[in-house]
Order: sequence, then C-alpha cells, then structure tokens
Amino acid sequence: MLKEISFTINGKKETMTINAGETLLEVLRERLHLTGAKKGCEVGECGACAVLVDGTAINSCIYLAVWADGREIVSIEGIAKGGLPSKLQEAFIAEGAIQCGYCTPGFVISATSMVESGKCYSKEDVKQGLAGHLCRCTGYQNIIRAVMKTLEQ
Amino acid sequence: MPGPGNYLQNYGNAFKNGGGKMVSSLIGASLPRTDALAKVTGKAKYTGDFMVRDMLVGKILRSPYAHAKVTSIDVTKAKALPGVEAVLTYQDIPQNRYATAGHPYSLDPKHRDVADKTILTARARFVGDEIAAVVAVDEATAVKALKLIAVEYEMMKPLLSPEAALEEGAPIIHDEHGSNILNSVGYHIGDIDKVLQTADHVFDDEFETSIVQHCAMENHVSYAYVDDAGRIVIVTSTQIPHICRRIVGQALGIPWGKVRVIKPYVGGGFGSKQDVCLEPLNAVMTLAVGGRPVKLDLSREESMIGTRTRHAIRIKIKTGVSKTGKLLGIKIDAVSNTGAYASHGHSILMAAGAKFKYLYVFEAIKYSPRTVYTNLPIAGAMRGYGSPQLVFALESHLDNIARKLKIDPIELRWKNFNKEGYADPITGNKILSCGIKECVQRGKELIDWDKKKARFAKEKEQAMNWRRGLGMACFSYGTGTFPAGLEVAGARIVLNQDGSVQLQIGAPEIGQGSDTVFTQMVAETIGIPTSMVHLISTQDTDISPYDPGCFASRQTYVTGMAIQKASLEIKEKILEFAQKMIDVPATDLDIKDAHIVYKYTERVIMPLTEVALQCFYDPLASAPITSDVSHNARFNAISFGATFVEVEVDIKTGQVEIIEIINVHDSGKIINRQLAQGQVHGGVSMAIGYALSEQMLFEEKTGRPLNNNFLDYKLPTILDTPDISVDFVETVEPTGPYGNKSLGEPPVISPAPAIRNAILDATGVAFNQIPIRPQIAFEKFKAAGLI
Repeated sequence: MLKEISFTINGKKETMTINAGETLLEVLRERLHLTGAKKGCEVGECGACAVLVDGTAINSCIYLAVWADGREIVSIEGIAKGGLPSKLQEAFIAEGAIQCGYCTPGFVISATSMVESGKCYSKEDVKQGLAGHLCRCTGYQNIIRAVMKTLEQ
Repeated sequence: MPGPGNYLQNYGNAFKNGGGKMVSSLIGASLPRTDALAKVTGKAKYTGDFMVRDMLVGKILRSPYAHAKVTSIDVTKAKALPGVEAVLTYQDIPQNRYATAGHPYSLDPKHRDVADKTILTARARFVGDEIAAVVAVDEATAVKALKLIAVEYEMMKPLLSPEAALEEGAPIIHDEHGSNILNSVGYHIGDIDKVLQTADHVFDDEFETSIVQHCAMENHVSYAYVDDAGRIVIVTSTQIPHICRRIVGQALGIPWGKVRVIKPYVGGGFGSKQDVCLEPLNAVMTLAVGGRPVKLDLSREESMIGTRTRHAIRIKIKTGVSKTGKLLGIKIDAVSNTGAYASHGHSILMAAGAKFKYLYVFEAIKYSPRTVYTNLPIAGAMRGYGSPQLVFALESHLDNIARKLKIDPIELRWKNFNKEGYADPITGNKILSCGIKECVQRGKELIDWDKKKARFAKEKEQAMNWRRGLGMACFSYGTGTFPAGLEVAGARIVLNQDGSVQLQIGAPEIGQGSDTVFTQMVAETIGIPTSMVHLISTQDTDISPYDPGCFASRQTYVTGMAIQKASLEIKEKILEFAQKMIDVPATDLDIKDAHIVYKYTERVIMPLTEVALQCFYDPLASAPITSDVSHNARFNAISFGATFVEVEVDIKTGQVEIIEIINVHDSGKIINRQLAQGQVHGGVSMAIGYALSEQMLFEEKTGRPLNNNFLDYKLPTILDTPDISVDFVETVEPTGPYGNKSLGEPPVISPAPAIRNAILDATGVAFNQIPIRPQIAFEKFKAAGLI
C-alpha cells in the first residue's frame, strides 16, 4: 500500500510517497540518503538508528515512516549547525568518546535530547537515558564523560 | 634554482630573529581522533552507506540442520519469481577449497591455513551453513525466493561438543581432513614428568570457557560489482583488505590481480572481520548477474552465527610448586571447540601457548593442545586470540594454588615473574622490556589491596549476604604474529606543494585509532604539525601499500616501523633537496614545525613549503618528493599487564557487582594516551561480559542457536558497565619504533580471571567456568552451603 507523507527533516520540508511498511530508517537512508543513522539490529535493541521525532529520541528501525507524517525529524546530520559541531559533539571529540563510530550518531541523538531538555541529570540518570544504546568499543566510559561535561556547561 | 645567497641571508636572519615556534613531542599526546568529526556528525561512510544505482540484493539460504547432506536442491520456483536475477547453489560455483583466515600467505605449503571451505556447500556442517544464494531486485523478493528453494537433506549425527566429535566412530566432519582433530601441535620444554614427581606440591585444576561473539556494532556487509575493465571490485567491512583480495582470487580460481578490495570506515571488528566471510560469495553473485552491483548485508542474527565466534576451550592444568611457592613445571592440556570450519582454529591454541610462557619462570612446560571440529558455528579470531581462555585458566589456577598454600595471590606471582632477558627456548624471541612488577605494584596501590584484604577478611566472619572480595590476574602477550607469521607492512608518503604530506598505509583503521597514531608518528618524525599530515583512511588494494591488516595488536608496532622508515626517508630527501638550495650539508639540517632549521641550534632557515614548491617546479631540478617503503619486522615485543578488581557478591541472587576495576598495562611507550585509555576501557568492558554474562547458547540436541540476537545475548549495557580505571607503566621497548608494543588486544585478557578470583575471595567458592551468570553462581553457592 502506498501512502503520501510530509514531514520536516533537519529543518527541510519533504513530501514523498512511500510503502506503508517502510520504516523511518529505510526512508532516511535509502530515499533521502541520510546514512548517519545506522542499522545495527533492525529490531530496536542497539540504538544505532536513533533520530529525534518532535524532540524525542526513537529507534527509527522500528518506527514506521507513516507515523512521521506531519512531524519534525532531526537526524545526526541535523545536529551540527552551520557546519559547526554542537557543544555535545565537541565534547564527544574532546573526551575520546568515539572509536569505530558506528554507535556514535545514536548516542549523540539521545544525549542531545537530554541536553536540550534543560533538565538536570545525575550520572545515573545519564546512564539510564542512554541504556538503549549499545557500544562494543568504548566501555561507555568516555561517552558518559562527554555527556556529563556538556550537561554541566 | 636560485643561488644559495638569498637563502643564506635568511638563514642568517633566522639566527637573529631567534628561530621559529617548535612543536613539542607528539608521541604520548592525547590528540583527538583524525576521524572524530566525520564520525560524530554522521558524515563517515561505512560500507552500507554507499548507495549505488540499481544495486541488487543478495541473500543466503542457510542450513537449518547442524549436520546434513543435501540430497536434492530445486531452484526452479525461486528462479521463476519475478525480480529474481540469479539463484546459486554449489553446482553453479567453482568448488575450490580455500582457507578463510586472515593470515599472510606462506610460500611454504606446510605453513598455509587450512583450506576446508567452498563457496556454498552440499554438506551442511552447522546450523547456518551456506547452501544456496539468491540475487534479487530487493530484499523482500530475495527473502521470498529463499523460501521457494526446495532442499532435501539426509540427516547426519550432529557433533556438538569436542567430546562427541572425538568419540570413536563419530562421523568425520571434513572427509578430506580425515579426522575431527584440526590440529594438535604442542611443545615441551624441560622434563615435566621429573619436575612433577619431585615437586613439593602438585596442583590439578580444570577450567572451561564459553562461546562468545564479537558483536561489532556494524554487521558484516559488502557489495561487489565488475568494473569497466572487467575486474571484480568488492567494497567491504574488513580488517584485511589485501588478504581478502588474495582469498577471493583463490576461492574463484582467478588471478589475484583481477580482484580489487576497498575498505571504507569499519564499525568494529574485534577479529570477526580478520576473516573472509562474505566476499567470495559476493564476487560470485555479481558475476552471476553480469557484473551488476550486489549488496550482501547480514542481519544481526546472521552475523552472530554466520561469521565467527570465540573458541570455547576446556583446559586441564597441573602445576608443580616448591615449598616456598616457586612454580616449577606446568602441564597444560587444552581442547578447543573450533566449530564447523578451520578459520583460525589451527593457530589459536598455538598462539596462546606461545604467549603465556613469558609471564612466569618455569623449568618445564608441557603444552598439549587439541583443536576439534564440531557442528557449531565457526570459531575464529577474536581479540586476544586464545589468550583470554588460557590466561583465565592459568590465573584462576594460580589463585587456587595461593589459597591452598595460604599465600597472598600477589606474593605467589611476585616470586615467579619472568624478567628482561628471558629468551623463549623454542623461538629465541626475548623479553627486552618488562614492566609486570611495576604494573602489579601500581595496581596493588591503586586498589588499596592490603587494607581492603584485611577489612574483607573480618567482614567474612559475619557470613553476610553481600560479600566483598578482591581479585587480580596478570597476563603476557605478543605484538604481531612473528615468528609464526610474516610481519611486513608498507607505507607511502607523498609531499605536497605546501609542505603537507599524504600518508598511505595498507593497515586499516577499524575504530582502534591507528589512523590517529600514524598521523602523530609521521608528524613527529618529519617535523610537521599533524594538520599537515593527510592520511588516506580508505584502503584500496589497487592503491594502498601492501600490509596484511588489522590484527594481533600489530599496527603501531609493525606498521609503525614502516611509517617511521618512510618518514625518515622523505625527511632525508627534503633535506637533500634543501642542501641543493642553500648549500648547507643535509646532515646539518633538520625540520621543525614545518621549517628547515639548522640542526644544532634549531634556528629557522626557511619554511618547508619553499623546498616543496622548489622540488615541484624548479625548471631544471624538478623532482617531486615521495617515499614508498616496506618493513619486515623480525621481532615480537612482549607486553604485560594486570587487572585488579573489587566485587560485591549478592549471595542470595548470585549477582556479582563490580565495585572497582583497574587495568594497568605495560605496552611500552604510549603514543596517544586518550586513545590508549579508550582501548583499555573497551577491552575491559568486553571482558566483563566474558566473565559474567555473555554466552552463545545452542539447543543441546540439534545445535540450533538460541540467543543470536541482542535481546537474549547479554552484551554489557551502559548500566552493566562499572567505572573502569586505567594506568600505564611506560617501559621503553627497544624494538618498537617509538618504544611501543601491543595494546589493542591485551586489555581483554586478564579481567575475567581477576573477577573470578575476586568472587573466590569474597565467597570461598572457586568457579571453574565462565560466564559466572547469576543462576550458575546461585546454584554453586547453594551447593557450597552458603544459602
């Protein structure tokens, strides 16, 4: 079944006809060539595909694209503004929070939603908030450090 | 070329002006990763991120049975499905036997890897074995077509453990091999029987480790097409691009030069991509559709069973010890479950056996490994390459001994540590730098060993439900594969007009940070800032210098040697060209902060860019400067380290909480401190999973996988991972290009036995198997009368 949807992606309006069964991840990667969101498990277990939908981080691999109709989507490509990395992205670089980088976009997306919420987070809260993301390289140490550093700023 | 006059004038001025700004040493600096910005902004392109027009999708039909023969296979219906471009079975494909392990080729046939694999098979050897394949216009069509392939199987007895495979009369898994024992080459040093007979004490133990999986966040993925010159191009997530080209050539029976392998960013490997899992089939797929691009992208479930796993190994140890706690002789019998195909199986137990003996002094060693084929997924290389298994057994055994002799575990080890100057009696390889005692001293202080030991001993008398304990474990490890393997690496440096350089290497970055430390090495050695080093991160076998790849913690050491050599060569060429310009002997010149300086005073003569421009455009002397070298390393530097851990064990639930964990490493000189710490964080985290939660489970009778996904396979999450402390004892390894030796794999080796030993300290219960999952712990505590 085909369906027309309209949504905002990284500030830009998009209208397209898609198959009703397509996930948001497929639409972003294959139709819009926004490949920053990664495919790690396709069942919502690893978090590599996270994007923001109306400011909330979701796993785009189990989020149907039709649900995105009328919503505002931000993918990793939309986090750096004017070619400059966000404070959080800078902290990821400075704190050595990146290794293979495959999980990085997902972590940045979820942590961005925390940073932008304006709420206070303890280290434990940060860990809870990022518990949906798996990383095999870093042992999470420097990721936590980068997020805490940004939240404290 | 202008006369020397002008330059000499500048040279004089430079003296007056007090010289230029110098860069301090880049070796040891915590520079951010060269690829950090690309990765944090989502711009970094991994294999699956390239969208090639009209790319077809390849899918694999996998055997549902652990051991069976295909008696008939009918692809008519699958072929007839609209959108299906090709259906392949073993009948359509050259059945050349090839080895998949990512080792350099050997000119000596006796030293080659075991060639037991074909592209697709009529004999299923594990659940997931590759029987047929489909190429279709999209994934849904390909999946549908797989279901339309009718296969009839003749069932064979599945051999799901080494015991079953070794039973008399058991079917032979690889007929041409003639036995289910893949390899059993061991060694002995001294007279172990005599030592064990005369020792004051002899201790016996048996340990077992489990099958775990690498779980790189990026699954195995590749795509292939035939280019306009008729050559096969494969873009793939691999640790071994050059080896991959050779193996594809061998598997297809075509000249190796007909294959081109390109490696973009890789989302982790940990050894699973030090193996050729997808590429030969992917090459055949594109050939089957006239060279159109075909993508082969494994799901997580497929990656976990269809690529590689870590060997489960059962290890019996017998050690003779003197009254004073001196280790005299050790006898090790190891049986390794290598699964359905050889992969790295024939060399992993040999490698582990070669590396542990540098840690302690033994008069006699008898090492008897047996690596056995079974009908389980293929075990291959994984971070540590057999050492995590063997060191788990050795270091757990030592704690059992210490307990029985009533000696502190550190004291027992301290009496027996090896030292600089020790030469392996078999290979002659020597310890030239050894910081193991300093590592243990540092770890002991950091965790406050003596005080905590005393406090926990008191608490234990109260038989509480939450018990604290301390544990530690040590390891020794090699750097690279020499002398078992050839350790050659290439590096090419090209000077640009502005004085910056391109660095090309065949050694892949897969997340560990090699690109960044290579950049530091070049900048430091030539005398330019890192911003003037442009590293080509993508390996392309048509362009990149030869290097076998990313494995054995070899890159900063072996590739580092090639990079140092290339940097020194290009520097020499630059200074020689400068000599022609200024008539100062090249030997009196140096490069500092991208300026030619007078060596003895570091006074600036001219910017490097002036020499660079001149060498490109001088009407007579024009000769743009490059260096292109290989280096063949003939040594294996031994690294050391130790883990210290404090646990709290919840006796009633079997839950183990890590309160504190510290890894201290002697990896020689540290090139980039922050990246080095990152390697340790990741290795320790992986080892915590190994010790406490991770295990691939299979249905006992059929060998069907039970948890090949991230929900049921317990990879440590951010909530399961404690704070991990890291420290380094920086010895200077004389054979290391910058005093450095291995670090990539070592962090994963000693945490599991340290955790196990801490649980022993806390509870008095000696576990001999990992993972120590809560249920297993609970049952053992119950059996021990703690509950």
